[in-house]
Amino acid sequence: MLDQLISSLTDGLLLGFVYGVAAMGLTLIWGVMSVINLAHGPVIAMGMFGTYLLFTHLGVNPYLAMVPVAGAGLIAGLVIYVIAVHRVINAPHLSSLLATFAVNMIIIGVGTAVFSTSPQNINYSLGSVEVGFLTFPASRLVGAFGAILVTACLYLFLYFTRAGKAIRAVANNRMAAELMGIPSSRVLALSFGLGTMMAAVAGGLIATFFPFTVLSGGPYELKSFVICVLGGLGHPLGALVGGLMLGGLEGLIPTFMPVSWVPVVEFGLFVLVLLVRPSGLFGAK
Amino acid sequence: MALLQVNDIASGYEGVQILWGVNLKLEPGKLTTLVGSNGVGKTTLLKTVMGLMAPINGSVFFQGEDVTNLSAHARANAGMVLVPEGRQLFTEMTIYENLEMGAFSHRARANFKQNLDKVYELFPRLKERTRQKAGTLSGGEQQMVAVGRGLMAEPEVLMLDELSLGLSPLLALTLFEALTRLKKTGLTMLLVEQNVTMALAVSDYAYVLAEGKVHLEGPARELSKNDEVRRTYLGI
Amino acid sequence: MKVWQKPGFWLPLVIVLVWGGAVLLIHQDTMRESAFVLLMAVGLASSLNILLGYTGYVSFGHIVFFGLGGYTGFYLLSEQGWPLFASAIGGGLLSAFIAGLVGLAVLRLRGAYFALATIGINEAARAFVSNFEPYGGATGMFVNFSAYQKYGGPGPALWTTFTFLWITTMVVLVASYLVKHSRFGLGLLAIREDEDAAMVMGVKAPKAKTITYVISAFFPGVIGTLYFFKNGNIEPGDAFQLHMSIEMLVMVMLGGMGTVMGPLVGAVGYQWLRGYLLTSPIFKDLHLAVAGAMLLVIILFVPAGLVGWVRNHVQRLQKVLE
Ligand SMILES: Nc1ncnc2c1ncn2[C@@H]1O[C@H](COP(=O)(O)OP(=O)(O)OP(=O)(O)O)[C@@H](O)[C@H]1O
Ligand SMILES: [Mg+2]
Repeated sequence: MLDQLISSLTDGLLLGFVYGVAAMGLTLIWGVMSVINLAHGPVIAMGMFGTYLLFTHLGVNPYLAMVPVAGAGLIAGLVIYVIAVHRVINAPHLSSLLATFAVNMIIIGVGTAVFSTSPQNINYSLGSVEVGFLTFPASRLVGAFGAILVTACLYLFLYFTRAGKAIRAVANNRMAAELMGIPSSRVLALSFGLGTMMAAVAGGLIATFFPFTVLSGGPYELKSFVICVLGGLGHPLGALVGGLMLGGLEGLIPTFMPVSWVPVVEFGLFVLVLLVRPSGLFGAK
Repeated sequence: MALLQVNDIASGYEGVQILWGVNLKLEPGKLTTLVGSNGVGKTTLLKTVMGLMAPINGSVFFQGEDVTNLSAHARANAGMVLVPEGRQLFTEMTIYENLEMGAFSHRARANFKQNLDKVYELFPRLKERTRQKAGTLSGGEQQMVAVGRGLMAEPEVLMLDELSLGLSPLLALTLFEALTRLKKTGLTMLLVEQNVTMALAVSDYAYVLAEGKVHLEGPARELSKNDEVRRTYLGI
Repeated sequence: MKVWQKPGFWLPLVIVLVWGGAVLLIHQDTMRESAFVLLMAVGLASSLNILLGYTGYVSFGHIVFFGLGGYTGFYLLSEQGWPLFASAIGGGLLSAFIAGLVGLAVLRLRGAYFALATIGINEAARAFVSNFEPYGGATGMFVNFSAYQKYGGPGPALWTTFTFLWITTMVVLVASYLVKHSRFGLGLLAIREDEDAAMVMGVKAPKAKTITYVISAFFPGVIGTLYFFKNGNIEPGDAFQLHMSIEMLVMVMLGGMGTVMGPLVGAVGYQWLRGYLLTSPIFKDLHLAVAGAMLLVIILFVPAGLVGWVRNHVQRLQKVLE
């Protein structure tokens, strides 16, 4: 019993790292410009398909493929920002929600036309790893490692580079940043691009675990909402912690009740945290 | 030639026009004060001059060039620097990072070290707490960061909105003293101040804004003797 | 002037009255089906608009009230043998009750936080119902055939359902008008402009918002019952589609939020467009993408929606298009 508990907890936690990366993209965008990117799910799916295409058709190692996928994710984000978000950045929230949702529809629409909605998978195995009584696919371990790497890079970028500091300045006070000579629109576009880049990378990592379709981003988008709220909307590190919490819950809950109750607990917790501590479980009150 | 010239600026917010044709000139090396009662539109004027708001009409010339259509960050890069009303610090960043952001523009980056030393010399308090988050500073310290951040941008013209608002008389005095020292270095400044007596005392030239226009102007010394100014703004 | 002397009150009502009346007279099944879908969209969009348009609160998961009310009404009708009318009201009341319950808490959240919370509530409700055995769990429920008997078999029952929906839609439009033009509605507009200022002016914002939330949740519950009875079955995947929720928002936005006429125009316009794209040989495969692109254009360039745009540009129509 305990063995099983620990094993499913480990499973969940490893997955949680990758959830964290997906959510980090969302929370970064929210933190900088108070926009909830409803095209987040489709971008995750784009990451899945990008990795898949590079691997299946060009034979690129899926982990290596994530480098160009990240680049494409960045560019996609810049384009989305310029076309759909910039004009409504100061409008009421409904406008940016619907604008990004429109992008969601466009991506899903095109994606469905091109790939249909049949499931794909990346047929690449790293074998499995055994630690004591625990056995899990090595891809999970690599995924978790990748997630930590991405988080570390994001932090180094935000705290130690000029562009990163500009992002923090714009997030903190856009008008003041503009007064200091920081081109805030370009910084916003870059932040949006980084957010979608992380979504695309998360998608690539998830694609090495599970089969996926064009629509697979949706559930991860919803999970990202939950994670962001657990960790405090706008805090990248909070997203990683939130991701681990969600992964852990997903690992643990099925040992106590039917799997179908997982979303009830998740979303119940989500609403509860929003009500009681909208700044997240660890954020300042 | 004036360093900064504001021609016939009209500006306002959705549905309300506040400024109805303001003309203003800043001579190089001079400290100019803008006087006006609360809500008359001083902040609105500075925001329009900086490009944070688009004017309804009129133009802004800086160093002889028309900057009316430039964005605020482009003007900042050109050397127009505003220390805004309400400080507007990067509250989540440290003092040091705030000063660093002040030096974001290309022109300011080259002399980062010297400027930093100058700011620390002006406000030694800041040097003691470089790693403190700006949001946790006292009001006076925040104002020092705001001014220091503006100076880090290596301004050609420095505009200060409500320099001493909410500060103790002693601290206000410190800041005014800092102003006079900056003036000696040849910096061109535009000051908006609640403490009109003090402002006129340190300034070379002054404008009085009323009903959306420049109502009076002249050398600061003369204006401080003007009856109307004395009654309305100096409370004498 | 009294309410019934105003053209803005009558226009949407007469449109729906004539439209539904004509369908009943012509009595054709296919026409009824398409009118059902349209009227349902009008009813849902108008209900959402009562909250969204008048208070500015973006209920992103508003479909939860359609789902929960629909489930409850369906249960009363099919498992408990209640008549359709009573079941629909029962469904509506349950939705209203839930809205009252969660509203007080959730409506404290502002802006995107509120929007997120409503998404969470919808997902939680979907997940809960999937596990709730009395409602058939993940497989849902099928109509007990005897429920049709009361109305003379399945065929006539569909016509009865349509008639109820038609009446409900008109009631929603009346409610929307009355809310907008009452003292109460004035308070809501103040909340929409600046909630804190409204509170200072003496608007009891929490109470007013909650009442509005309850009203805008009641009708989707009624409509949900009618819809799922018409379909003959209900399951969690159909009842709590976030996608439908967003479609409601799009309809309101397309027509013009905060107007009575807007959701009517928006719902019909959206459904027509959707139908056109789905059947057009050129756009069929890309219908979702094309609809998305159009939505984007509307949001970026015509944020006031069609009715709002016309109101802003043609002074004389302001009195007619409320
Ligand atoms: N964002 C805004 N929207 C609408 N009106 C505004 C806005 N900001 C300021 N105003 C109005 O514009 C007028 C001028 O404001 P402004 O802040 O420029 O005055 P000020 O001269 O700087 O006053 P103070 O001395 O109090 O700082 C005021 O009546 C103010 O209410
Ligand atoms: Mg001011």
